[in-house]
Amino acid sequence: MPVTTYREALRSAMAEEMERDESVVLIGEDIGVYGGTHLVTDGLLERFGPKRVIDTPISEGGFTGAAIGMAMMGMRPIVEMMTWNFSFQAADQIIQNAAKIHYFSGGQASVPLVIRGPNGGGVQLSAQHTHSLEGFYGHFPGLKVVSPVTPHDAKGMMIAAIRDPNPVIFLEAGALYGTKGEVPEGEYTVPFGQARIAREGTDVTLIAYGRQVNLLLRVAERLANEEKIEAEVIDLRSIRPFDEKTIVESVKKTNRAVVVQEQWRWFSVASEVAAILQEQAFDYLDAPVERVSGAEVPAPYARNLEQAAFPSEQQVIEAVRRVTYRARGA
Amino acid sequence: MATTRGSAKKRRADGPGDTNPDGVPVLERRDTEKLVGYYRQMVIIRLFEEASQRAFRQGKVGGYLHVYIGQEAVATGFLDAHRPGDKVITAYRDHAHALLLGSTPREVMAELFGKATGLVKGKGGSMHLFDVKNDMMGGYGIVGGHIPLGVGMAYALRYQGTDNIVQLYLGDGAINNGAFHEAANLAGLWGRDGMNPCLFIVENNQYGMGTSVERATAMTDLARKFDSYGIEHEKVDGMDLEAVMECAHRVAARVRETGKPYAVEAITYRIAPHGAADFLERYRTKEEVRKWRERDPIGLLERKLIDYGVEEERLEAIRAEAKEVVDDAVRFADESPEPPLEELYTDVYAEESVDASREASAARR
Repeated sequence: MPVTTYREALRSAMAEEMERDESVVLIGEDIGVYGGTHLVTDGLLERFGPKRVIDTPISEGGFTGAAIGMAMMGMRPIVEMMTWNFSFQAADQIIQNAAKIHYFSGGQASVPLVIRGPNGGGVQLSAQHTHSLEGFYGHFPGLKVVSPVTPHDAKGMMIAAIRDPNPVIFLEAGALYGTKGEVPEGEYTVPFGQARIAREGTDVTLIAYGRQVNLLLRVAERLANEEKIEAEVIDLRSIRPFDEKTIVESVKKTNRAVVVQEQWRWFSVASEVAAILQEQAFDYLDAPVERVSGAEVPAPYARNLEQAAFPSEQQVIEAVRRVTYRARGA
Repeated sequence: MATTRGSAKKRRADGPGDTNPDGVPVLERRDTEKLVGYYRQMVIIRLFEEASQRAFRQGKVGGYLHVYIGQEAVATGFLDAHRPGDKVITAYRDHAHALLLGSTPREVMAELFGKATGLVKGKGGSMHLFDVKNDMMGGYGIVGGHIPLGVGMAYALRYQGTDNIVQLYLGDGAINNGAFHEAANLAGLWGRDGMNPCLFIVENNQYGMGTSVERATAMTDLARKFDSYGIEHEKVDGMDLEAVMECAHRVAARVRETGKPYAVEAITYRIAPHGAADFLERYRTKEEVRKWRERDPIGLLERKLIDYGVEEERLEAIRAEAKEVVDDAVRFADESPEPPLEELYTDVYAEESVDASREASAARR
């Protein structure tokens, strides 16, 4: 199977769908002439022309709203948020229009729209340019919210998102655009609402999505080598719809769970996962579900402070020790 | 009522603004019968709105209720230039637009009553009237929020190769909102390439809720706001149906031909309070309302029709018939069943995409 980057996987998904379906267009800031701030759309203007690769002024509310109008007319626009931090400028459009039009029109109109861009931090962008918005967007019925971490899923979920008749919040792992993985050529979809078991294990279930999945895979190797703990790692992939079954089944097997996320803990995905597990696997849990989250502060700039604000391997290992009752030195 | 739908369907694309073989504008040959038809429509709208206010006071209509009393000539006149496939989008003062496009008084009133037979199955209420098969792309509740949608729809109409246009209605209150400025900027930009046949219709009814235009913006010439975005504009007397119709046909033809946006500021007045719960009206004087009432668009049209030789008895009969239409709508709404509880969870997610351009053309077949 060919190996490509996360960035190329996204680009090929969009380009293949644009070839297949004329109603698919791209719209956003500096996606055409400039080539995309993160080069995800590089070369697509030359290939598809300015009517289909639409450079916009810096006005997220305006062009996101316009894309919603296009979608209601049967087009399938893909909006690039240069970063998801700018989506607050478009929050009224996303939440008040895209998420609800199908409902309050009594099903007469729909919004087949993808909004995509890099999410999360890790490169010293400080407070206004660092957010993980899975919990925020996951809150609203009417939106679908996905967060793929592998190049394979990036392509398959992008194709699924473009073909979905609903607004899809596509949260890319911004720090991982250059990472490589096996990606099949041609079209395939990764359906929403299906978590992926990224590593099988028997002793504890580690749950994450986005780039924290890679952190968990590193932790799992260390746990296996250093502490003889076999961790099962689950990549949620999709926040809404949500695959409750896979996490519940896993915990029934391991009896322990640690949920890891870059976002703040209060009212977050990890909190929801913990609630689902206590509702559906209460009798199987041998320890309280642990949550490892971002520090409850606006993201700081200094490298060491930023690193301290996000989940670390050490924090996860300590959480695993607590749920397996293996306090250090015990 | 079926009669309303019938007259909407009968509305032809040719009319004032087109020219006859001698190059004389058709408007100069006044179509009095057409005006009588619109008199009937405007009376139905007025009586419909009054009935909805009564129903609100009786607790039969919930939520917010914003009526169109005083502004009837604006939508009636502009929608005279509507061609099938053109799209219409507006804010929450949306009853008239739906009725004029062919939604029946029964289904609109039933929506206000929150009934299963309502235009959107009781899921949107007064502020969210959609009738996609009749090109009504919705009423929206957040001031300014719908404006970018209309601009995007206009892009889609050109992208899809049609010669249709969007009639995008907004109030004077929306013009100070950022969404307006972002959307107008995009419309101007895309219009340079003929990719934005969007007709902005600013319904300047003098107040954004209780704040007058003078208290809301330092530059009170609202049409000129469009200069910033390279969009040409004009004003029209929004109380005079004939003036609105003349303007509508002329500017709609231009937008259709060029694919460029255009803006009209219709000067009008909200004779009714802002919403059904606005009964104090501290922000304006009775004298001011009385003065505007002298130019009530229905009264103005009535006087003209009599000048044109229409008999008062005929207008009387139209008013009586309109009352029956509205009474029937209220009765229908009252007697209709509530939505079944299963409807709570339907239409959250679409199973497949709804294509508005195809919906409307399917309805015409």
